[in-house]
Order: sequence, then structure tokens, then C-alpha cells
Amino acid sequence: MARTATAPGVPTTRLGKTAQEFDDRLIVSGPLRRTLNKVFPDHWSFLLGEIALYSFVILLLSGTYLTFFYDASLRHVTYEGIYAPLRGVEMSAAYDSTLYLSFDVRGGLFMRQLHHWAALLFVASIVVHLLRIFFTGAFRRPRETNWLIGAALLILAIAEGFAGYSLPDDLLSGTGLRIMSAIILSIPVIGTWAHWAVFNGDYVGEFIIGRLYIAHVLLIPAIMLGLIAVHLLILVKQKHTQFPGPGRTEHNVVGNRLFPTFAGKAGGLFFIVFGACAALGGLVQINPVWLWGPYNPAQVSAASQPDWYVMWLDGSTRLFPAWDINLPGDYTIPALFWPTVVLPGIIFTILFAYPAIERKLTRDTASHHLLQRPRDVPVRTSLGVMAIAFYVVLMFSGANDVIAEKFDISLNAMTWAGRIGLIILPPIAYVLTYRICLGLQKHDREVLEHGLETGVIRRLPHGEFIEVHQPLGPVDEHGHGQLAYGGAPVPKRMNQVGGARRAIRGFFSPIEEPAQAEIEQRREEHGAAAAEASRELTTSGRPSDGGRPQEPRD
Amino acid sequence: MTTRETHPGTAGGSTGPAAHGGPDADYTPEQLAAMPREELDRLGAQYDNVEVLHVDPGPEPGSPVEKRAVRQVGLTFALAGLAALAFVVVYVGSGWFLPDWQWEITESGWSAIFTPVLGALMGLSLTLVGVGLVLYTKKLLPHETAVQDVHHASHFDQVTTGATLVGGLHSSGLARRKLITRSLVFMGGGLGLMLLMPLGGLIRNPNTGDPLGTTPWAEGVRLLRNDGSPIRPGDQQPGSLETVFPAVPGGNTVENADAATMLIRLRPEQVEENRPLEGQENFGYGDYVAYSKICTHAGCPVSLYEQETSRLLCPCHQSQFDVTQGAKPIFGPATRPLPQLPITVDDEGYFVARSDYIEAVGPTYWNRERI
Repeated sequence: MARTATAPGVPTTRLGKTAQEFDDRLIVSGPLRRTLNKVFPDHWSFLLGEIALYSFVILLLSGTYLTFFYDASLRHVTYEGIYAPLRGVEMSAAYDSTLYLSFDVRGGLFMRQLHHWAALLFVASIVVHLLRIFFTGAFRRPRETNWLIGAALLILAIAEGFAGYSLPDDLLSGTGLRIMSAIILSIPVIGTWAHWAVFNGDYVGEFIIGRLYIAHVLLIPAIMLGLIAVHLLILVKQKHTQFPGPGRTEHNVVGNRLFPTFAGKAGGLFFIVFGACAALGGLVQINPVWLWGPYNPAQVSAASQPDWYVMWLDGSTRLFPAWDINLPGDYTIPALFWPTVVLPGIIFTILFAYPAIERKLTRDTASHHLLQRPRDVPVRTSLGVMAIAFYVVLMFSGANDVIAEKFDISLNAMTWAGRIGLIILPPIAYVLTYRICLGLQKHDREVLEHGLETGVIRRLPHGEFIEVHQPLGPVDEHGHGQLAYGGAPVPKRMNQVGGARRAIRGFFSPIEEPAQAEIEQRREEHGAAAAEASRELTTSGRPSDGGRPQEPRD
Repeated sequence: MTTRETHPGTAGGSTGPAAHGGPDADYTPEQLAAMPREELDRLGAQYDNVEVLHVDPGPEPGSPVEKRAVRQVGLTFALAGLAALAFVVVYVGSGWFLPDWQWEITESGWSAIFTPVLGALMGLSLTLVGVGLVLYTKKLLPHETAVQDVHHASHFDQVTTGATLVGGLHSSGLARRKLITRSLVFMGGGLGLMLLMPLGGLIRNPNTGDPLGTTPWAEGVRLLRNDGSPIRPGDQQPGSLETVFPAVPGGNTVENADAATMLIRLRPEQVEENRPLEGQENFGYGDYVAYSKICTHAGCPVSLYEQETSRLLCPCHQSQFDVTQGAKPIFGPATRPLPQLPITVDDEGYFVARSDYIEAVGPTYWNRERI
């Protein structure tokens, strides 16, 4: 390329020259522009996955710091650190180094607690993100692959959390490991062999902490990192889903470009997530391992609970009846096998298979880029709430001893309540949700047909009282609206269609002229004109007759 | 993907801008130089299938609304910096010009609030950065509504890529040369197996010497408290429970995780209603009985003893065992009684085991009954 001082378009500023020198070598301006121009739809629920991503980044950073001090060894040592109550106590090097990290490293306890809180937030945000994807139908074609990757990430996150929870080798984590050992032993046929492979012998041996450590810091995080990269690449390739709304179709994305608006918001969210983890890590004590003491197979503390994401499995273990199956030849399938291996196996299989199941049942194989409101898909929504009810019963059962103690209820009654609740609450949740969905659907249709309730009661000349309704669009001779439902929220209050003036800006004193605000307001359309505009809102995107996407009309 | 997107990188080429077609052919440098920045931005966006439909400009420069927003954002960032510096001061200054941060026996004072202060300051600082960014985006940036067209799978790409792939496969002749395909499958299987083989090092035989069914308890092994002292009948109150360990080296450590045993002295009422399991009537000694502490459900130590009801409760999953019925499970998920340790006293009057447990202690497993 001719590059003379007079060539047109040659940058004149120093920054511009540097940028061009850079791009002449690396040729990134094209992909960079495409990235900066990428449009992201705007909805709070799309931030949940981002929270998971940011927690993962925080976990990598804080976890790397922890490895500088942690010693993954079951070697016996005598504690000589600064924490007086444990001085002279025999313990493993793993627990000793955790105590060293907590008491003798400046800010070490803060980092350890930050890591733990970020881990809890990580799994929580994955679960909530998954629920959002589920209830809005975002897993439908073409996004089934990302659903599978997401489900795999959830399982890995739980495994990663369990491994991390076991590393300090305190009384609580040792108890968790002991239960894990029993779970592995309970697998029919290969149980003892699997246990010997994992623990390199009988419980507890000297290998397990080192193996859990390498799984926790390298194996699982590396797999997760790879899966997250693929998850994001697929997202970028397929583009984001969006809720139906004005101008939104199956063939576009309406929102903000990455730069600067979305980048500003996403960067802000990262710092807020990081700030929340840091504040929790400092202010809210979590897993004070020095209070539990070193692991001792003969000791356990009451109310030993795992982290929240494993609690449902603890609950299922508590609720499952004492049903060993004795097979001919003196073989046994231990009762423990069903609630700890089979139940999560079934649940995660259903989770993985759900998009395929729904596709099979609804015969909907079309590509979908517009999301559904949960009320518009009552069966799926009710199934989801049913699953949540099942999960919540299990989770509360995982803490049934604490509930029994705090509320002075019989422990056995709590167990039976859990057993019965696990069977009857999910169907009840299904029926209730189904009814609520239908009711909400009906109300949407009612507003579209008859208009908004204004709260204004009028007496007609012949004495009849009526409530005045504000139609959302043109009406026929009977006063019925002709708007079709388009899958987008329908305004339910007068204020949403400009029924009230907006407030004057300014906290202590107005920072705008009230008269100016009024003029501005008047310029905005409201009443019937606004309804004309919101006609678009309720009809574009997906016609109520369902199925095929529709191009924007203009 | 359009053909245009597949030819993006002509900007730095040496063959001249027009040689590859695409945007560099559509616009000469002179044309681009004549365009204002906004127009270039829109033009680039257009090539990325993005149309900026509507821009709500940010607050008018110099208006009270803008001034207030600038003040807010500036204040937020300044406070974030301040909190960050305060974090540095606390981190560095503790033990220097501030009190020492390390743990003290009083568990009060500066060392007790050191970690909370660090967390509060870092949390505040980072959160303020985030809030500042969000405020900036919301209050000072123009709000644009952009629409990006989504191009789904391209038929052209599918057909042409398919042709290339099938062409390559065809010219390799693998479809015809069956011998090669078969030997490839054989080779792949063999190689896969070979590469998995080193994992065989993890496999160890759990059935050599019945490690799951044996504990250090044996005939004449004394019952020791956790502090290592032996126990005589009469040391314990009726109704009490003592955790005991075998008098072998490391008997109370994780090396002998299955050895922990509960020595229970029954109250007289309990002795009357005591119904040991069949064949284990003489396993106790006087009003003493000894049961394994390792739960038969998931291996937790069965730790909670309610002597009024004679119940042992495992705090992990709430299995309950009745010590007057041979520690049979009477509630919860456990299926087997806790194994009973046969005990007696030696010549010096201390408790000893009469043998190892007659069955495997701890959780049930597949071939437990067979060993």
C-alpha cells in the first residue's frame, strides 16, 4: 500500500499511527470491529450466566493464591502455629497448612473465605442461569449443544466444590469424605474395586488428598475452562436469544452494541460480583476449620452439613428407607446406592435429555431465537416448578436435624414429612403452576380484548355502573380490541401506557424545569397513540397462531 | 456467513486494496477519508449486519443533568480509589503503625476485625467501581438501539464444505480400500486400549486379606480411651458412653479408621430389657456392652447417645440404633445393627476384646456377606 504523507486516510495522530502499525502486522481490525459491533440484547436475566463466568474468574485468581500455601499431604505433623487452642495437636499437613494459611498468612483467611464464597456463588449462579434457560425455552434448537455443555459444567462445578471442600482435612471435610467412601463402596459389583482405585486402598489411606488436590486445581478446572470457552464460542456464533418485543424477530438481535454500552455494563457487573465476594469473604465467616479440629474418624459434630449444592443429596440419603436388597449368593445392593448414585444419575440424565424429550413430545424441531414467557408454555413451566419442589424438599431434608432442633420438632417427624412431601408436593406444585400459567394467559388475553382496568367507575344514564376500560388499540363496534397476543408482556396498569406524568428529576432540588418536563411529556405519545405504538409490542415477532417466525412489518 | 466476511483481512495486504474485492474494493481510501467518523462507524456496523436504529443522545453537555451525573460517577470512582487505598493501609500497616493483625487468645481487638475490615474495604472498593461503571453507562452514554441481523447456517457453505470433505475422502479411496479401513479401526482400538493401560496402576485388589472385614481388635487387646488410658468396670457411670480404641500403635488415628468403638454401661433398667442379638448374648461384660462406632449406613461415627430411650443417633443421616436390642436400627436409613465387640476383663481388671468383630464394620457393600 502506498504510504506517503499525502495519502488519504493515513492516520495523523500518534495513537492512530500506532494502531495502524499494529494492525498491519496482526490484521485484527476486521474481527475486532465485528466484535465491537456485536449486538447484545438487554434483559436482567441474561446477566446470570455472566455472574457464573465472573465467579469462575474470581475462583481461578483466589484459588491460585491459596495453592501458594496449601500442602496436599496426609503426613502427620504437630501444630506449632499461632492459634493457641490447637497447639501441640497431631494433625495432617493439609490441615496444618490450612491453619497456617488462615492464621499466619497476612490476609490469608480473607482469601480463603473469598474463595469459598465465590464457589458458593458460582454454583448458585449456574443453577439460576439454568433455570432461566429452562423456563424461557432458550435450550431449544439450535442451542441444545450449549444446554449439554452447561449441564456438564454444573456437574463439574459440584464435583469441583466437593473436592475443594475436602481439601482442608478438618473434621467436617473428613466426614464428607467418609460418606463419599461409603457411597463408592455401595456401588454394586465394582464398589470395592472402585474404592480401592480412588483411595488406593481402604479408607482413608494416604493418597486421597493428593488426588483430590490435583483434580481440584488442574483436572476439573482445565476441563471446565475448555467447556466454558466452547460454551461462549457457540453463544457468539449462534447469537443471543431475546424476548419478543418491538422489532424483534427470529432473524435479528435488538439491543446494545458491545462497545461501549454493553462492555460498560458487563465490566460493572464483574466488579460488583467481585466486590460482593470480597465483602462476603471478609465480613461473613465461612467454614471456620479451626473450630472443627483435625479429622478424626471417631468424631463428628452435630449438624454436619455439606455446602448447599450437595445438601439435596444429603437429604435424599436421609429420606431413603432402609432397603438393602439381598440377592442370591449373599450379594447385597446397599440402600445407600439408590439415593446417592441412582437418584442423581437419573436426575442428571433427565437434565441432559430434556431438550430431546421436549422436541420429541412437542414435535417442534424448528429453530427458535425468540424466548417464551413461562406462562405461555404451562407444561414445561409446571414440570420445572415440580422439579424445583422435589429439589427443595430434598434440600430441606438435608438440614432436617437443624430444623428439628430450632423449631422443636421431632426428628423422626421431619424425616417422615420429607418422605411424604417428596412424593406429594411435586404433583401439587405442578397443578398449581399449571393453573397459575393459564390464569396469567387468560388475563393477558382479557386486557388485549377489553383494555386496561382504569379504576374509574361510571354510572350510565339508566343506572348501570361500569368500570371504564382503556383499550390498547382500535376497537370494533362492541368495544372489543383486536390485538393478537405476541408473546411479549402486556401492559396491566394505566401508568405503563402513560397514564401518569413522570416525576421531576432531582433528589433534593429539581434539576429540570417542571414546565419543561411537562412539555416533554406532552410531546411523548400517550393514551390511544401510545396504544397504537404498543400494538407493535404485542404483535411483532411471533404471531399468536404460533410456529413460523415473521419478518418485521416495516 | 457471507462471502464478504470470509475475506476480511485485505487492509494490510501488499497487493493493493482492490485485489481481493470486499469492502476495500467498494470504498477507495479517498472516499473513506472524506467520511466523518460517525458515518464510518455506521458503515462498519452495516458490514457487520448491524443497523443503529435510534440513538437517545446522552445528557446535553453543560446541562444540570449532565453535571449531576458527572459528579455522581466521579464521586463513585474517587470513593472506590479511597477504599482501595484504605485496604492497602490496613494490609500494610497492621503490625507496623496499626495493632498486630495476628490471632490473640482474647479473640478481640484489631486481630478480630482485621479480616472483616479487609473484606469490607475491598468489597466496597470493587463494588463502587462496578456501580460507577454502570452509572456511567446509564447516565452519560448515549442510549442506542441497534439491530443485528442473524445469519443462520449457510446453505452455500454447507454444500461447498461438504463437497471438499467428500472429495478428499473420495480421493483417499478409503471407501474402496477395505483392508485399510479395517486395519485403521483395529489400530485405533489397539492404540486406545494401550493408552488407557497405565490407568491400570490405579486398580488394586480389595479382596486380598479382607481389609474391609478386619480391624486391629483381637483377643486380649485392651480398650483404651482417646488419651490412651485403659478402663476398668466401675470407671463409668451407668448410662454413660465412652469412645474406646484398640491398644495398638495408632489405634486412635486415621490409620485405623474403622476401630472406634463405643463402650456403654447400661443402666439397671436397660440391663433388664437388654435383648442382645442371637449368638451374641455373651458379648457384653456385666452391664457393659461395646458396639462399633462406625455407622453401618455411610460410615459416620455414631455419636449421640440418648440414654433415656437407649438410642444411638448418627448425626449424618439420623439412623437410630437401640443399644438394648443389639444396636438394631430402629429408624432412618441404616439397615444393619452396629457390630458388637465381644469384651471381657484381663488379669489386671482392665477391659479387653475377646476377638475382632465377627463381621465387617462400617457401610454395607456388594460382597460383604460373602467374606
